[in-house]
Amino acid sequence: MAWKFNDGAPIYLQIVNTLKRNIASGAYPPGSRLPSVRDLALEAGVNPNTMQRALSELERSGLVNSQRTAGRFITEDASALLDLRKSMSEEIVSEFIARLRGIGMSDEQILDTVRDKINSEHKEET
Amino acid sequence: MSILECRGLSKNYGSIQALKNIDLSLESGRIVGLVGPNGSGKTTLIKLAQHLLTPTAGMITIDGMLPGPQTKAIVSYLPDRDFLPQWMNLDQLTAFYHEFFSDFNPAKSADMLEALGVIGTMPLGKMSKGTREKVQLIFTMSREARVYLLDEPIAGVDPATRDYILRTILTNYSENALVLISTHLITDVEPILDEVVFLQNGTIALHENADALRERTGKSIDGYFREVYRCF
Repeated sequence: MAWKFNDGAPIYLQIVNTLKRNIASGAYPPGSRLPSVRDLALEAGVNPNTMQRALSELERSGLVNSQRTAGRFITEDASALLDLRKSMSEEIVSEFIARLRGIGMSDEQILDTVRDKINSEHKEET
Repeated sequence: MSILECRGLSKNYGSIQALKNIDLSLESGRIVGLVGPNGSGKTTLIKLAQHLLTPTAGMITIDGMLPGPQTKAIVSYLPDRDFLPQWMNLDQLTAFYHEFFSDFNPAKSADMLEALGVIGTMPLGKMSKGTREKVQLIFTMSREARVYLLDEPIAGVDPATRDYILRTILTNYSENALVLISTHLITDVEPILDEVVFLQNGTIALHENADALRERTGKSIDGYFREVYRCF
């Protein structure tokens, strides 16, 4: 089946996270129409009720708007999208920092490593 | 609204108690996993629902009716073994279903059979085990039933066939129907379940929303049962 799920965490929450990633990355562009619950459930290989619950969660957070007959649309609110990217970045960065501290890196060294890596990638591009 | 209901349901085989005083209420629009080790009573419960067995005590009702011809008209049952006449080919099976079940939707089965690409004139008995399982499921799901009783639909087939079967169940999901799937392969069915009913030694050890169970225990359903009941 298409989507992979981890043990432990509720499946609806894992779906919420996958959909958020797709919204943040632009795979689902702002203002675009989401596939139907049934189609999304089939794509993910999950129960339609579970998919419905995940979509309700996204509606509550304002990332998706439901229009009675037309379906569900990704928000065009730029600040909501920015907030989404910020909160996702925060999660990724905290995990990243925790892992680097876990292998004995000082905060100074972490910052240097990141800066060096970004700089070297820029050089490769040019 | 509850569509399948058990009240103090018991079934004995001689001195063996296969089901002991079961109370259970299942609603339409749900996909429910009936799980438990071999010999826990899964098939007995399904056979009681399909009137292939009669209760020793208590009762089981479907849409408020005791199992019988009226309930069979709204229940689509997939047994855990080959159940269709093996000499029949797809055209004959279609005619057979058409004649026996007023809720049979031939357009549905035609679509699925075409996608499967089986030759219409090939008898069921000549097909591979995987294909035969798929065809039997297609006919089972092509009825617009209120209850689907699927007894071990994914046992003994390869992973691709398993995916196909789970997809077919999802594709045919209806808000008006209950799908009850008995299985001991929890990992595979986990994502498609709304609820889990766990049978152990003929009693219901647990009946819970699938995601709530994952949230509460911090484990997969399969992992939880392995750990708590050491039986898979």
